[in-house]
Amino acid sequence: MNQLANFTKGLIKENPVFVLLLGMCPTLGVTTSAINGLGMGLATTFVLVMSNLVVSLVKNLIPEKVRIPSFIVIIASFVTIVELVMQAYLPALFEQLGLFIPLIVVNCIVLGRAEAFASKNTLLSSIIDGLGMGLGFAFALTILGSVREILGSGAIFGLKFLKGDGMLVFVLAPGAFIVLGYLIALINRLKKTA
Amino acid sequence: MTYVIIIIGAIFVNNIVLSNFLGICPFLGVSKKIDTAVGMGGAVVFVLTLAVLVTWLIQYYILVPLGIEFLQTITFILVIAALVQMVEIILKKVSPSLFQALGIFLPLITTNCAVLGVAILTIQKDFGLMEGVVYAISNALGFALALVIFSGIRERLDFMDVPKGMRGVPIALVSAGILALAFMGFANLV
Repeated sequence: MNQLANFTKGLIKENPVFVLLLGMCPTLGVTTSAINGLGMGLATTFVLVMSNLVVSLVKNLIPEKVRIPSFIVIIASFVTIVELVMQAYLPALFEQLGLFIPLIVVNCIVLGRAEAFASKNTLLSSIIDGLGMGLGFAFALTILGSVREILGSGAIFGLKFLKGDGMLVFVLAPGAFIVLGYLIALINRLKKTA
Repeated sequence: MTYVIIIIGAIFVNNIVLSNFLGICPFLGVSKKIDTAVGMGGAVVFVLTLAVLVTWLIQYYILVPLGIEFLQTITFILVIAALVQMVEIILKKVSPSLFQALGIFLPLITTNCAVLGVAILTIQKDFGLMEGVVYAISNALGFALALVIFSGIRERLDFMDVPKGMRGVPIALVSAGILALAFMGFANLV
């Protein structure tokens, strides 16, 4: 497979959120605004790229039977790094994302790519795959966060462009489910015509 | 009294699935039939309670005395993974009928973020051991409640004439949104 296709597949065609429906908890939980979605997406991208990198390097050293626990330890180490770095340099965002930062460990996308891709492919392809999938995830979260922020508070990335308060329900929990439902329907429609 | 507040708060007001967004994968994945939803709910009650019990002990008897709280994420996920495996093995030996009922759902629970999420939340909220366990059971019951209600809705949805583009996941998500809206009615209850 050429590397460009490897990179772009995560963005639309195999988008982890809209198409594969993986990692739904952070997708719904943190996307109250565009910036939160983007922050979470980039944190996950970092973990995904690093874990794919390490898994790809050590794939021949790990015995078949203990590979899943080993992958989890690798992933958890990088999540801990992200946690500590964000706490130190981006305390406001860390506060907003809260519980969902340590929960990157159980994000199915990360373990899924380690198991399905990085443990079978070369170093370079694994890094590119991680980057593509991670950016696809970040892209989906940013879109979802933007739609919810626009509908819910008439703003995007914190810049207010509509008067009034907007429809609060879209910032609250029910809005997350409803917006994602309609976005997936839209993506399905676009994929059919494309 | 505090226990009553914890129980009602976790089951209805801050429902783990519908307002905290934990455990969405099994919520969407195994909610097509009521029977499987009940099975999954039972398995989560079992594992979550055990997991919180064990992680609480580890946090306060190992991590805090040694000053290595930053290893919380790694330790907890490993403990949960090991615990799920152990529960599976023990259950197979001790109670084959229960194992039959919960069997296929157990491995799925390791990647259920509700388990790790509640374990971390229990520590963050500074609960004592007893409160933590009550909190875990209530959250698990809240998860089971949401799952069973939602699977009931989805069984009905199968007979509805849904517009083509909305069939499957989209309509399920919108229904979940309306269910979450209904649960918002419990806000300010405690």
